[in-house]
Amino acid sequence: MARLELVKAASPATSQPVADLLAAERKKDLLRFLTCGSVDDGKSTLIGRLLYDSKLVYDDQLAGLASDSKRTGTAGGDLDFALLIDGLQAEREQGITIDVAYRYFSTPKRKFIVADTPGHEQYTRNMATGASTCDFAVLLVDARQGILAQTRRHACIVSLLGIRKLALAVNKMDLVGFARERFETIAQEFVAFGRRLGFEDVVAIPLSALRGDNVIAPGANMHWYRGPTLMGHLETVDVTSAGGDLGFRMPVQWVNRAEYFRGYAGMIAGGTVRAGDDIAVLPSGRRSRVERIVTYDGDLDAAATGDAVTLTLADEIDVSRGNVLAAAGSDVAVSDQIAAHVVWMAEEPLLPGRAYVLKSGAQATIATITELKHKINVDTLEHQAGKTLELNEVGFCNLSLSQPLVFDPYKRSRAMGGFILIDRFSDATLGAGMVEFGLRRATNIKWQAMEVGKDVRAGLKGQTPCVLWLTGLSGAGKSTVANLVEKQLAERGRHTYVLDGDNVRHGLNKDLGFTDADRVENVRRVAETARLLVDAGLIVIVSLISPFRSERRMARELFEAGEFIEVFVDTPLEVCEARDPKGLYKKARAGMIKNFTGIDSDYEPPDAAELRLRAGVGSPEALARDLIGELERRKFI
Amino acid sequence: MNGLICDGARGPRLNALDLTVSTMHAEAMQSSASRHLKQLESESIYILREAVAEFRSPVMLYSVGKDSSVLLHLAMKAFYPAKPPFPLMHIDTTWKFREMITFRDRTADRLGLELIVHVNEEGVREAINPTTHGSALFTDVMKTQALRQALERHSFDAAIAGARREEEKSRAKERIFSFRNKAHRWDPKSQRPELWRTVNTRIKTGESMRVFPLSNWTELDIWTYIHLEQIPVVPLYFAKERPVVDRGGLLIMVDDDRFALDPGETPQMRVVRFRTLGCYPLTGAIESGAMTVPEVIEELLLTRLSERQGRVIDQDQSGSMERKKQEGYF
Repeated sequence: MARLELVKAASPATSQPVADLLAAERKKDLLRFLTCGSVDDGKSTLIGRLLYDSKLVYDDQLAGLASDSKRTGTAGGDLDFALLIDGLQAEREQGITIDVAYRYFSTPKRKFIVADTPGHEQYTRNMATGASTCDFAVLLVDARQGILAQTRRHACIVSLLGIRKLALAVNKMDLVGFARERFETIAQEFVAFGRRLGFEDVVAIPLSALRGDNVIAPGANMHWYRGPTLMGHLETVDVTSAGGDLGFRMPVQWVNRAEYFRGYAGMIAGGTVRAGDDIAVLPSGRRSRVERIVTYDGDLDAAATGDAVTLTLADEIDVSRGNVLAAAGSDVAVSDQIAAHVVWMAEEPLLPGRAYVLKSGAQATIATITELKHKINVDTLEHQAGKTLELNEVGFCNLSLSQPLVFDPYKRSRAMGGFILIDRFSDATLGAGMVEFGLRRATNIKWQAMEVGKDVRAGLKGQTPCVLWLTGLSGAGKSTVANLVEKQLAERGRHTYVLDGDNVRHGLNKDLGFTDADRVENVRRVAETARLLVDAGLIVIVSLISPFRSERRMARELFEAGEFIEVFVDTPLEVCEARDPKGLYKKARAGMIKNFTGIDSDYEPPDAAELRLRAGVGSPEALARDLIGELERRKFI
Repeated sequence: MNGLICDGARGPRLNALDLTVSTMHAEAMQSSASRHLKQLESESIYILREAVAEFRSPVMLYSVGKDSSVLLHLAMKAFYPAKPPFPLMHIDTTWKFREMITFRDRTADRLGLELIVHVNEEGVREAINPTTHGSALFTDVMKTQALRQALERHSFDAAIAGARREEEKSRAKERIFSFRNKAHRWDPKSQRPELWRTVNTRIKTGESMRVFPLSNWTELDIWTYIHLEQIPVVPLYFAKERPVVDRGGLLIMVDDDRFALDPGETPQMRVVRFRTLGCYPLTGAIESGAMTVPEVIEELLLTRLSERQGRVIDQDQSGSMERKKQEGYF
């Protein structure tokens, strides 16, 4: 029945309103914008007002709003438009916005998707989330307060995320007597700041969201203002990117293996593709030609940015998810060393040296921040030195990746230059990055192949190299056991080396302290050294607190399968503290040592160590025997 | 009875009509009928492909309504020429409109897709129903619990569904890829930031993801797309004389003889249609003469009431949708 009527639908009998709608739809484009600014500047009220004045609030919603306004409203019994928007119970109770809310409305000229983002500093990450998919920003300012730190912070993040045009909505003009001078002072102050952030276009508009002045219709009390209303500006602002076309790019999302068919599905990230075009597959660099552009609605001759298509290639070459198809000869970057801006979004700080999962579209790899070059004070835009990034901080970093990333600089392509960082254990999204450029040295540093390899070196010693990684609290007995094990191995004629946590801090790691960031770097250096020694053919014993799972996993991944034996020297904290061989626990308890593992710094016990030594119970000799036994069982000796 | 009309329409005559439809369809799309809808379509296809590429065992929750119809159509496009590489699953509360069930089975059949129908048998044994137990308990047992049972039984790790942000205030805050913990709970205060089109799809065993490809579509977008793409929908969306009773301002259709009529109450035949579809005793009809998709669109342009006003379950109390969602409801 439905289908029968649909035939009618497409016939000339289509009713006039629907015909008008479709005609209007044909011309309409879509503007995605966000509203941001400090808390209490009236963002939700403004969107509520836009919806209400555009007659997009339904009667039953309006009835609900009227009763909600009386109960919890902040507009003194008048309609509180913020209640239309703040959807979470906690938000309604506290009268604040916590998370991004998406709203949809349209006028005869345009369709809009609005991301209403939170103003509280603690929710800056949600604000960045909202900005990432928008092309335009409305930044609100309370006319009484003027430009606040949070206003500058939001402007900075909006700019960092690649939005080039912005409207400064100077709200609550009714509360400053519609004073022109007040408006102009604020506008001038912001324009100067905005210039430093590289905005192409900033339009300041005085308005009152509560009363509706200059939102859709001009305000009766501000005849001195000759510019557009906010809606007038939203309907006409041109956000097509000024940046030049980089050429065709399509990250492969999914390989379509239908019967007698092999196609590569993805959304075009830039440029145009035509059947017959020459393309390169990155990072491999193999060349081929586009045979067909397949869609459910029939093959296309050409497809452009934003289209979701499936391409078939003329040659049978290896292409998988995460590869990028690009116009042959276009200048797409491939590098395993990149420099990027990072916005940190997690409670636990960013730690240089720690391994994170980096994801960019369909590409995923392991990334380590090798250097935090500087932090950016988002209020003053000054560069500051720093060792870590805390929640909501922005930094400029060098990253080292385990596999090369195919990218374009974020400034030229948001689709090809943005990435997220993920915690490998909790799976939480920790940060967002914008690639600035690839580092030359990635391509300049070549791996020099040596003819004498690990096998030869180990063979000369008549042994199989490995690393015994002893982790545990201070005073657990790691060094004592390590010493005994090395002695016994030496007696058996084995070539060994002990890397001891205390000893390396006298030389190799002399420059490091005991903050989380320094501990991460400490473990990284010891792990890399252990790798060199294993490569030299030695049996290496590491005796190191190494408190974090992340870094122990990073160490494990430097070695071949089976080479890394994690040994948990499991001594209860009370026992370690009672032993206190170096008197350190006493000092830590007295507050004389900061960041002491087990006292005011965490120890994360291993989940699946190869061997767990119950070191509170057995004698060091018995523990060493257990370890030797483990090496025998694993056929290392 | 509506089922019969449907059957007639799907006879051999339809093949001839299909030809006409496909010609007009091509015209509509080629003139790029709407840039805006084209963008939404591409975005949804991207999301569907991402779900399939990243999860071990995805499923599409097929609720038989208009949004599900659009979602399914988009899935046919996303994986073409292959079929969508996931089964459809319907959580059947046993109180759905009969026409929905007919339409559901026929759709799965027509497209050659696997359809899993899950009923909470425990709830059936205890004869949980919307009338005597109230909408809140009924929805919890027959929808929320049932869904959790079904996801666990088949160990699905991603459930794709047709919810839209425009529908309700708490939905407006939800991510496109929305994380659920082992207890299937949504934690609105600690959602993963979702930037650009890069999705953090990492989960541990027992955790799962809800995926909403239609997040950015509005009701008007859905109908305009149904019109342009000639997508079949359940005939209940179109006006017709149907037996209804007036229950506190809601027009409830008496769809079968399980419906408990009040003493002296008799169903009246009125020309009505449905704007959303759910369990028939909980879904209010609207008086309307809109018999075709264009007429539905026309009505939508003029209406002064929101889409969910006909839903009993949303009106229990303010914030009720958010609470249900936290417990695992869609």
